[in-house]
Amino acid sequence: MTAFGKLIRTTAFRLTLVYLFLFALFAASLLAYFAWNTRRLITEQIATTVTAETGEVSDIFGRRGLRGLVLTIENRALRPGANLYLVTAPTGVAIAGNVGSLAPGVMATTGWSETAYRRLDEQDDAEHRALVHVTELSSGFRLLIGRDLEERRRMFGIIAKAAQWSVLIVVVLGLGGGVFVARRVLWRIDAITGTTQRIMAGDLSGRLPVGRSGDELDRLAENLNAMLERIEALMTGLKEVSDNIAHDLKTPLTRLRNRAEEALAKSASEAEYRNALERTIEESDGLIRTFNALLMIARAESGQARGNMDDFDAADVANGIHELYEPLAEEDGMALQVKTLPAPLHGNRELISQALANLVENAIKYGKPVALPQPLGADAVADADSRRIVIEARCAGDQVLLSVTDHGPGIPEGDRKHAVERFVRLEASRTLPGSGLGLSLASAVATLHGGELRLVDAHPGLSAILAIPALAGGGDRLAAQMPDVPQKAA
Amino acid sequence: MRLLIIEDDRESADYLVKAFREVGYVADLASDGEQGLAQAESGEYDVLVVDRMLPKRDGLSLIGALRDKGNRTPVLILSALGQVDDRIKGLRAGGDDYLPKPYAFAELLARVEVLSRRRGGPAEETTYRVGDLELDRLSHRVARGKDELTLQPREFRLLEYLMKHAGQVVTRTMLLENVWDYHFDPQTNVIDVHISRLRSKIDRGFERPLLHTIRGAGYMIRDGIR
Repeated sequence: MTAFGKLIRTTAFRLTLVYLFLFALFAASLLAYFAWNTRRLITEQIATTVTAETGEVSDIFGRRGLRGLVLTIENRALRPGANLYLVTAPTGVAIAGNVGSLAPGVMATTGWSETAYRRLDEQDDAEHRALVHVTELSSGFRLLIGRDLEERRRMFGIIAKAAQWSVLIVVVLGLGGGVFVARRVLWRIDAITGTTQRIMAGDLSGRLPVGRSGDELDRLAENLNAMLERIEALMTGLKEVSDNIAHDLKTPLTRLRNRAEEALAKSASEAEYRNALERTIEESDGLIRTFNALLMIARAESGQARGNMDDFDAADVANGIHELYEPLAEEDGMALQVKTLPAPLHGNRELISQALANLVENAIKYGKPVALPQPLGADAVADADSRRIVIEARCAGDQVLLSVTDHGPGIPEGDRKHAVERFVRLEASRTLPGSGLGLSLASAVATLHGGELRLVDAHPGLSAILAIPALAGGGDRLAAQMPDVPQKAA
Repeated sequence: MRLLIIEDDRESADYLVKAFREVGYVADLASDGEQGLAQAESGEYDVLVVDRMLPKRDGLSLIGALRDKGNRTPVLILSALGQVDDRIKGLRAGGDDYLPKPYAFAELLARVEVLSRRRGGPAEETTYRVGDLELDRLSHRVARGKDELTLQPREFRLLEYLMKHAGQVVTRTMLLENVWDYHFDPQTNVIDVHISRLRSKIDRGFERPLLHTIRGAGYMIRDGIR
């Protein structure tokens, strides 16, 4: 498409054409109204003058007879810029006046008429038009008084010319303005299109240019940029997931394969084969678990799990998880406790339960007190205290906090921030048993509900807190994540 | 027991048929949704095992059609879609149980046995008895022989579920689903610890243990040694 073709296809240009037509129509009708009124006014003025003069001349005829009439007419006809005068005898012969010729039949009818005429003293063939009034005087004489309409015609000509010019000016200015506006819009749209094409080509970091005027295009660009931000975040998440899948699934798969190979290679006893197979099943169960966890995270991340949301009390979740894990913790030499206050929440109960379960499992697994060289006489009370894991549910402002606090080694400050970032696994945890995706899933669940997973130092130990807005509805999530995006037109 | 397996993947279908026959069940096979529906309607089956994604007619619509015709044969849905909302969808469509793939055969077998028993079984009893262990569901009283046992509420529910399915294998996942109502997969042996606590209350000090661990599958409460 040519640049011009693009230009005239723009909405701005098309709108300009519509307005142009409307304005031209308006100008034309305004002038037409003006012309018509002017014409009427001039005609009325002529009629008034002619009527007055007719009365005057008739009066003279009445008082001074035909002779007086003829004298008056001849006299008046000679004045410069005189009106038209004609007196005819009952036979139709002209006896006085300055009219050379008239359209036929004009003298035959009395009253007003418009006619072509020629003056006596005019030699040219130019046709003139006049408004004339014919009166029947007594004894068959007829009197015609009229006025040339040249003035009216000229006035009309001026207005017609004005109309032409004004329409022309409207069209030129309108087209010029239209092209200007269309080009401006086109230029900005082209800039946006160029960027989007680059983005479509794979450069997700590109952003649309946003002007300073804050007009509708700027707002559109801002919103599109926010959308791109989200898409980029999702893509990054997806990439990290696939990287993690590659690592988390390939490693156990390799182990699985090696073990099978090893079992095949050495001709072993049935018991050894059995053992190898059992370990294979164990390994594949672990793989399935990892795979499920990854799927779950991906699902929570993409917001698909937002369907099964209902209202419940986070305290019930905390109590339920406490009840489930308390015997396990005890067997592991830990003391699992629960402290709850009513904390009504809207969300996916199953996912929040699972997130909390993951945090508790982590605390049981990694929250054991560090085996420091015991000072002499270390009291058992301190030891019991450091083996405590506390599940807590409460409200804080408009947030519901579900936390699990242990008194183990914790996570170093530097790593902590890293761990809260989605999908990031600490190197230290990769080597420990378990899928190691517990925190990732908990974080994904928190994000799904518009909240976050916080890791806080418990001096000593770690406090993992699921902070979730009490009324985490589906739609609030984006708003909570992107406070910079204007939600309504200002 | 007669089973109908509706599964389009030849290899897993053959594996299932063979495995069920090995434990002494009659297992028929249908390889697509339409054939499965026709067979399920004509044959007298105790349990249907239905894959969710089938050619010609998907598993959920098959179950819907069956239920519309008043066929109440228990259905266990097998599916690669294992998320909570998939499960809910499956159960709403008329399935009686839902097992995500991949599964352990022991898990499937345990669930199929529970389903088949549910069908012809007597109405909910108020008192369960296994050997000299007695559980009264109304008064929440548990006694073994002459000894009154004190159980925590959750232990009571755990025992109640085990006794309801006395003589059947009950898997860890089944316990987590039915006693705790959680559908996620704990990474730890959390259920085992609950079982060992319960076991210490009902079996410790008695000559004949009633609560047995079935290796590679789960648990079973029964009188007599296996």
